[in-house]
Amino acid sequence: MMKKVIELKGIVKTFGSVLANDHIDFELRSGEIHSLLGENGAGKSSLMNVLAGVYQPDSGEIIFKGERVDIPSPRHSIDMGIGMIHQHFKLVEAHTVLDNMLAGMSKGIFLDKKKYRNQVLELSKKYGLDIDPDSIIDDLSVAQKQRVEILKVLFRGATILILDEPTAVLTPQETEKLFTIINNLKDNDHAIVFISHKLDEVLSISDRVTVLRNGKNVSTLDNKNLDSGILISNMVGQTLDLAIERPITSKESKLLEVKDLSVLRPDGAHGLKNVSFDLFNGEVLGVAGLAGSGQKELCEAIAGLQEKLSGTIVFKGDDITGSTPRQIIKKGISMSFVPEDRLGMGLVASMDLVDNVLLKAYLKQPGIFVDRNQARVEAEKLVDKLSIDTPSVDINVSKLSGGNIQKVLLGREIELQPELIITAYPARGLDIGSAYKIYDLLNEQKTNGNGIIFIGEDLDVLLQISDRLMVMCNGEVTGIVNPDTVTKEDIGYMMVGRKIEGVNSDD
Amino acid sequence: MIRISKRADMPQSKRWIIRISAIILALAIMSFFFIFLGHNPLEVYQTIITGSLGTYNRFVKTIELVIPLSLSALGIMIAFKMKFWNIGAEGQIVVGAIAATFVALNFSELNSVLLLSMMFIASALAGGIYAFIPAIFKVKFKTNETLFTLMLNYIALRYVTYLQYGPWKDPAARGFPKIANFAQNARLPRVFQINAGWIILIVFVALIYVLMNKSKLGYEIAVIGESQKTAKYAGMNVAKVIVMALFISGALSGIVGMIQVAGVNYTLSDQVSGGMGFTAIIIAWLSQIKVLLIPVVGFFFAMLVQGATFIRTAFQIPQSIVDILQAIILFFALGSEFFINYKLHFERKAKGRIQNG
Amino acid sequence: MDNLAFLRAAIQAGTPLLFATLGEVLTEKSGNLNLGVEGLMLLGAVGGFAAGLATESALIAIIVAALAGALGAFLYAVLTVTLQTNQVVTGLALTIFGTGVSGYAGRFMMGDTLPRTIRNTFVARPIPLLSQIPFIGDLLFNQNIFVYGGLVLAVIMGLYLSRTKQGLNLRTVGENPSAADASGIPVTRYKYIHIIVGGAISALGGAYLSLVYVPTWQENITAGRGWIAVALVIFSMWSPYKAIFGAYLFGGLDIIGFRLQQTGFAMSQHIIGMFPYLITIVVLVLSSILKRKQYAPNSLGESYFREDR
Repeated sequence: MMKKVIELKGIVKTFGSVLANDHIDFELRSGEIHSLLGENGAGKSSLMNVLAGVYQPDSGEIIFKGERVDIPSPRHSIDMGIGMIHQHFKLVEAHTVLDNMLAGMSKGIFLDKKKYRNQVLELSKKYGLDIDPDSIIDDLSVAQKQRVEILKVLFRGATILILDEPTAVLTPQETEKLFTIINNLKDNDHAIVFISHKLDEVLSISDRVTVLRNGKNVSTLDNKNLDSGILISNMVGQTLDLAIERPITSKESKLLEVKDLSVLRPDGAHGLKNVSFDLFNGEVLGVAGLAGSGQKELCEAIAGLQEKLSGTIVFKGDDITGSTPRQIIKKGISMSFVPEDRLGMGLVASMDLVDNVLLKAYLKQPGIFVDRNQARVEAEKLVDKLSIDTPSVDINVSKLSGGNIQKVLLGREIELQPELIITAYPARGLDIGSAYKIYDLLNEQKTNGNGIIFIGEDLDVLLQISDRLMVMCNGEVTGIVNPDTVTKEDIGYMMVGRKIEGVNSDD
Repeated sequence: MIRISKRADMPQSKRWIIRISAIILALAIMSFFFIFLGHNPLEVYQTIITGSLGTYNRFVKTIELVIPLSLSALGIMIAFKMKFWNIGAEGQIVVGAIAATFVALNFSELNSVLLLSMMFIASALAGGIYAFIPAIFKVKFKTNETLFTLMLNYIALRYVTYLQYGPWKDPAARGFPKIANFAQNARLPRVFQINAGWIILIVFVALIYVLMNKSKLGYEIAVIGESQKTAKYAGMNVAKVIVMALFISGALSGIVGMIQVAGVNYTLSDQVSGGMGFTAIIIAWLSQIKVLLIPVVGFFFAMLVQGATFIRTAFQIPQSIVDILQAIILFFALGSEFFINYKLHFERKAKGRIQNG
Repeated sequence: MDNLAFLRAAIQAGTPLLFATLGEVLTEKSGNLNLGVEGLMLLGAVGGFAAGLATESALIAIIVAALAGALGAFLYAVLTVTLQTNQVVTGLALTIFGTGVSGYAGRFMMGDTLPRTIRNTFVARPIPLLSQIPFIGDLLFNQNIFVYGGLVLAVIMGLYLSRTKQGLNLRTVGENPSAADASGIPVTRYKYIHIIVGGAISALGGAYLSLVYVPTWQENITAGRGWIAVALVIFSMWSPYKAIFGAYLFGGLDIIGFRLQQTGFAMSQHIIGMFPYLITIVVLVLSSILKRKQYAPNSLGESYFREDR
């Protein structure tokens, strides 16, 4: 018999001017796996952080086992038996697993490590988590760290677990293992909230699904007769034809030739290992892979931001291996990099649009003074051309919404008519409308004969927009395949490291 | 219960109202302190004003304090804009003074214009190099600049004391540890009775304003201060900019050293910087890193310091009171930033249900 | 001065550094960089001295000194923890504040000497049995109670950090306040408590100077030792045990001038006075070259605000 453990009524939460949760109702029963589905930015994490005591709702009620409560701090949440496993792990890298478990204890003074170590080992065995209490967090893999987080909340007596996008960082095989663990927990009468934006996972694991869209609860459905169509239409409000255009162009000449590129990370490990591929004019090369497979290093190596590298990068016959961005610009090479880190790298958050447009233009201006007039004209052109929603070009770029920030960044880079565009997660965090606008912009560049390296996390998008798809794992290229013929399962295997004798050029 | 949340934005005018209120609040607190000591705070403040501006003579002395404070603060501001915590202005002033003195004492046969120019250049170079060194270590090895520049202060101070008591001690001073007075041609001329340093200040305020707001270097400094990642991405040579900016930063303080020995004291002593390097840090911070505000805030502080000497004679309040006043103003100014960035919500006390299970 | 006497003196000279360093270690372990140590030491020096003059009680003098430091540190904590101000500038403000207060109050005590009762409290007291060990006995166990206090405090702090729940919580706060918060550790409370206690301990270093080491009042009695302590924290890799060694080493450098003079080494005392600062710079540079950064608490210098997105 499943009884209600948690009930949220009319939760409202704002951040500055952003309305993250708009009068949301939500209900959780013990012994169920209840998924929270929605796109990026739909309000899922914010809602759960209210339960975790991290955020305080502006208004609304929280009812725990029939009684009205407030959760003013994580301490209260933990004492209520709620355990949240965040997307970004809250672990101390330098400490051991055991030390991370024991943080937060308040009764008594001295640590009886032996006793606790045994408790941890027992719990680990019971739920199949397979963790050594004395290992240092920094040494563990991402999947292991996640299991440490689960172990941590169980150790603190959690009966309600909230997992925030847990599979974002896991391979398909690790995801299966996680699902086994989750089902195990369900059988032990725990209640689980599973936050995700991945449809098929939600369909396979949930008892019930609540769909959030733009901060509102759109529907709560039982899993029995669902299919992805219903869920998508709830998520986006219409049955979207995910179809993204892929214009056909002739691929004449080789734009970029990368051979045996290897990059060393600051911690000494290989960020990239013998990566080789070519890119042609007028083509979109998609890059798929789990977070941390080397995509960042790849972009930065080509753009000139990686220091320790070996191998060669040749751009239209020009060897640019190891050149700094400044040297690349001075050589007259027309390349643009749209980084994942928009406000932290691509733009200066505290400056206005004019000064941000200046970022790329100023080096080419003559003399020792900056010419803001020219940049202003550029900025106004951009606002007009891309319909950027801003009252003026003198506004701080950080005040714009995510989609508009990305438009500024991408727009600025594209204005330079670069022959090579490297873009990392260009549509992340954007609403559907803005995302499609970005795909259109990129396709426009492609038909102009420019080459695009598109690093993405959404396989559906990648399969549709790419002419060829390169998969990376652990810094290596595990395959370059034809998106029209490859299966998602194959891609999954390649993301784990299995190399498929794929196509190294068009077939 | 008070809940804190981040504000979306606040117009400039409101920001300044909050900041100025903070300063007024600080003065109010000090007033209570004066009352506690048995003095009328209004009389005290009035004495500060008349003591610093009452006669033309006093005005001159006040301006002669504005000059070093503001010039040094300008330099510090450049470093702070890049989030490089240069707190070595004190030492940079001293080495600038030492360099200028060296030239003054050894080349006194040269004509005044040439001599003063050489002193100027020497002091700028010395200060610049003294700031340049920690900058290089920061850029190459990420050495903590706060501590490095701090230690350099003490080294410079010890060195000048050594010079004063040792190799540069004036034999004509009959055993009194003092360095010889500068010859006439090594002294800065006076314009309107104020040493020519004020012209130097105005020139540099204009120069630095143009540098920070209109030049490429200034733009690069601003970008680097925000994010080094962005700067590298944009093709900037981050290391070069940091080192150059720090050189300028130190050079400005070095020039202050020259102005002090050649325009105020006409000799070198271990009191040449007298804590001004630290006061300049406060001025730079309070000016919110805006070039044009620095002389204004500098003027305010100079008034305080000058006026304090009169408080001592008039009210028997020790001069250290000015340190306390500066600190309290700084505390309040720092604290006021919070109210600009965050909003307070007052709510009913939350009933946190703590259940075990 | 023979070797033993020199080393004994080095320990005495190092004791104020030890207290200042230990206090700052505790503060920094919570993730806050308090550059106001010099100010805290001055507050402790003037508070302790004034209380000692007034009450002729060493105990009260020490308590007042600690309270003075606690108060100064509390001011710093309110600003940096609750009001999220820049830690570097706030620390500097605290130093200026401490300088001002001690300069002001000190005016009224210039040239005064402490009553005999207090000076007697701090004479060397040999520990029975232990002080009979050749060389070491005289060195470590024939000192005044402040020196013993310093050693004991260092050991207690070391045990606190590595063996207790609260110590682990503190280290978690300093490494990753977000993780600490999510674990239910009251981050703000931990920061406040350890900053204030750390401040009190640092202030005791100043009290040592005015009550024991130079028992008349001088202006600027600390002469920059607070700053050296900040560097010593790095030198000791944030370990209270290593701080003992570092403090005594620097204490020795402080007084090495006299020693050298006796061996006929002619060098101006001012030049010799540069040595501690030069060595600190060398240590700073070396530790950054050798990347000692991993010993620093990860969030040192950053403000924590829970709802930061």
